[in-house]
This record gives sequence, structure tokens and C-alpha cells, in this order.
Amino acid sequence: MNNQSRLFSALTSQVGRKVLTGITGVLLVLYLIAHISGNLSLLGNDPTAFNKYGAFLHGFGKLFYLVEIGLGVTILLHAYIGITIWMRKRAARKQGYAVHGSKGAPSKQSISSRTMIITGTVMLVFITVHVLQFRFGPGEAEGYVQTLSDGTKIHDLRRITVETFSHIGWVVFYVGAVLLLGFHLRHGIWSMLQSLGAMKPRASGTIYALAFILAIILAAAFIFLPIWIHFQGGAA
Amino acid sequence: MADKLMTINLKVWRQDGPDKPGRLAPYTVEGVNPHMSFLEMFDLLNERLILRGEEPIEFDSDCREGICGSCSMVINGIPHGPHRGTAVCQLHMRHYRDGDTLTVEPWRANAFPLIKDLVVDRGAFDRIIAAGGFVSVNTGSAPDANSLPVEKAASDAAFDFAACIGCGACVAACPNASASLFTGAKIAHLSLYPQGEPERRRRVIAMVNQMEAEGFGDCSNHGECEAVCPKQISISAIAIMRREYVKAVVASND
Ligand code: HEM
Ligand code: FES
Repeated sequence: MNNQSRLFSALTSQVGRKVLTGITGVLLVLYLIAHISGNLSLLGNDPTAFNKYGAFLHGFGKLFYLVEIGLGVTILLHAYIGITIWMRKRAARKQGYAVHGSKGAPSKQSISSRTMIITGTVMLVFITVHVLQFRFGPGEAEGYVQTLSDGTKIHDLRRITVETFSHIGWVVFYVGAVLLLGFHLRHGIWSMLQSLGAMKPRASGTIYALAFILAIILAAAFIFLPIWIHFQGGAA
Repeated sequence: MADKLMTINLKVWRQDGPDKPGRLAPYTVEGVNPHMSFLEMFDLLNERLILRGEEPIEFDSDCREGICGSCSMVINGIPHGPHRGTAVCQLHMRHYRDGDTLTVEPWRANAFPLIKDLVVDRGAFDRIIAAGGFVSVNTGSAPDANSLPVEKAASDAAFDFAACIGCGACVAACPNASASLFTGAKIAHLSLYPQGEPERRRRVIAMVNQMEAEGFGDCSNHGECEAVCPKQISISAIAIMRREYVKAVVASND
């Protein structure tokens, strides 16, 4: 076998697929942390902070688009592998059990681990809507412009945010989706570390607990923002 | 014995052959001594079935002391039943209550085709081992004892993985019917010994490929396998398998 086809068959093997799920999982979780950190700038007293942050990112030009495309590819690859793992698992046990059970700890089987395909698919729909709404939403041409004190004009993303979350329906949609993301992360954050082989038997219980805490923090932060904006109308 | 005898209600999977239709059949077993093992309760039931002129229930067992890996029953959805660290041959009826109803099913996985009733063909495991779960030793005069020093910690850890009896409960319990714990345990075991070193890279690739070829599912890190393993083998074996695999792919130059 030549190098390329050997690498390809390694990546598409059972272990390779799992390692890829782990790598894409880590990238997506890191992205979420960066994303919520940026969003928290909506909370301060400075109504230009969030838009300045957006302008700062766009300031990277080509590099910014490259990262965006990389992120899109990561999500699609992650979703594709996740769906194939689920399809293969369904094919691996045609005749199922009449009675289901879990033996409990140290099993990590949970409602989260068993619904990864459902929460994941909801994320796919959610991300599509979210990107259309914000990334490809009304731009400067549509009048979504904020003028800074020095006269520069930047894209008013904050206005899109405030307008969206002034509708209770969108608040419910975002909060619901993020709740499911929390479930995805409850199993996912632990699972990605195990997928990458980063697990010592003694640490596994602690890591599982820490993963739970990180999942709650991330989900809670993303749930808090739309609700807060709905009732406060964003920073002054 | 003064212990009160129990009555156990069973629903047992009955299937005459691989391509025959199967069903859960109800049985009531009276006079069960709480000190009987789960399999002895089945022996009792089978003796009565034979006396009644019915087909006895086919199930696997051999050592009946938790070391051979033959016995294989899923009780109320849990392979080997509710007790941690025991094979079903060492599960005793005192863990149940008089009048309990228990559903008993075979290991379920396409890679373990059903032969009859509760008996499945676990040949897929043999083929995974044959693909790489061995060390090659030249014939000739025996090597000196202790000529290959093994660190105590590595030897102990390797032994924990070597404890696998190949029963297949990990596959049966896995929501994905994955054989990752079985395969990982063997790879982890040999990865810790100097004897495993020469074939280290081709072993992990060959065994992982065979596991997939047999039709086992992917691992989703549910960890149910570790909970049901009668030898309590840790899923860190699966983590080691993944590390070994990545190292083999990155390092191999043939
Ligand atoms: C914000 C977006 C997302 C994040 C942060 C995320 C995160 C994760 C993480 C960390 C894992 C664990 C990886 C592993 O087991 O090694 C995971 C697994 C999984 N993800 Fe996602 N995910 C996201 C979107 C999606 C989408 C869009 C799908 C689409 C179907 C999806 C489907 C799955 C599935 C099925 C698994 C389980 C894979 C398995 O069974 O082994 N995820 N996800
Ligand atoms: S019969 Fe040997 S392990 Fe149960």
C-alpha cells in the first residue's frame, strides 16, 4: 500500500474514526469556549464591545475566512462520522434485547450517551439556523451599522442579537437547543478524552465529573445570554 | 439445609436453530435452593423438562468457577446478571427474591450468530486473536528463564488485562455491540511485555481490522463493558489500543 491509501484506511478504521470524532470534538469544544467568551462582551456597559470584537475578528481577513471554513469542515466531518458510527451500530445488532438494563457504575451509559445522535442532529439543524440568522443575517448594507466615537463604522451585530432575542419564540428555540447541547457535552467532553486515549484508570472518575461541570458551565452560559438579553435589552 | 426454597419465574429465549424463529418462553421453577448458582437452577429446570419429555434449554458452561468464559446469559438486560465481577456461573440465587421474574436472553450481536436457545458462536473472538493476539517464538532450545526482565508495575498492569476470559459479555452489554474491550485488553496486555514488542505495530492494525471485519460495531465510550466484565477489566485498555494504533500508523514505514 502506498502512504496515502494506508493513511486513508487507518483514518476510516474503527479506531481511526473514533480518534477523528475525538479530535473534531476537542476542536468544537474549544470553539464553544472561545465563542461564549466573545459573547460575554454583550454583558458589559459598553454597547460597542461586542461589535468591536466582531470587527476585530473580521480584521484578520483571509485568515478569518480560513478559520471559518475549517470550522465548517470540522462540524461536517464530526457529524458525518457520528452518523456513520450510529448506522454501523444499528447494523451490528439486528436482533435486539427484549429487556434493557445497565449495570451502573463504572458504566458511563446515560441518557446523554444514548442520545448523542439525536442531540447531534438537533445541533446540525440549530447551527444551520443560527449561522443563517447571524453570520449571513442583515449586514451593513441593510443599515446594521454602528458608528464609533472616532467615526469608524462597524457591523452592528449586537442589534441582530437584541432584535432576535426580543422575540420570546427565538429565546425558547435557543435555550432549548443549548439545553440539548448540554446533554451532548455531558457525554461528549468525557468521551473525546477517552477517544484520544488520554485516560488513566484512576483518573477516569475525576475526569468524568469534571466533564460534567464543564458541560454545565458551557450550557448555562449559553442559556443565560438570550434570557438576559430578552429581559434587559442588552447592554445600555 | 434450613434455607427457605424459592420459586423463580423465568422467561427464556427459545430458538431451535440459527434460522428458526425464536420466542421468550415462560417457566416456573419451584424448589430453588438459594445456594444454587444461576446455572444450577437451569440444570434443575432442564432435568424437569427432560422428565416431562420436553427439549431442555441449551446453554454454554464449562468450568463453573468463573475462569473459562463459556457461560453467557443476559439476565434482565444485564450480561452475567447484577453482581459485579462474577460470571453467571458464580451468580447465586440468594441475590434474588422468592417470586422474582427474570428474563434470560442470549448474547446479542450479529458477530455472535445464535446456534440454539442461549448458545451463540463466539468464533469471531478466536479470529481476532488469530489475527495478532499472540507472540511468535522460535522453536529450539528453551530460552533462559528470566532472560527478559519485566518491571513489576508493568507486569501487574499486563496481568489485569490478561485476566480476560473471552466470554463476550462486553460485546453483549455494549449498546453498539462493539468488541473494543476484548480486543483492547489483548493489545494492552501484550503492549506491556517486552515479548510483545517485535510484533507490536502489525498486531494492533491486524486485530482492529479483524474486529471490524467480523461485524462488531464502533465504540461510543458508553463504558457498559467495564461494568459487566466478570474480570472488571478497565476501559483504559481501549484507550491503550487507540494510542497503540495511532503510534503504529504514524511510525510504520513498510
Ligand atoms: C457545537 C457542536 C458540537 C459539539 C461541541 C460536539 C461535541 C462532541 C463531542 C465532544 C463528542 C465526543 C467525541 C468522542 O466521542 O470522541 C461528540 C460526539 C458525537 N457527536 Fe457531536 N458535537 C457537536 C455537533 C454535532 C453534530 C452537528 C452532530 C450531528 C449528527 C453530532 C453528532 C455526534 C455523535 C453521533 C457523537 C457520538 C459519536 C460516537 O457515538 O462515538 N455532533 N460530539
Ligand atoms: S462456566 Fe466457566 S466462566 Fe462460567
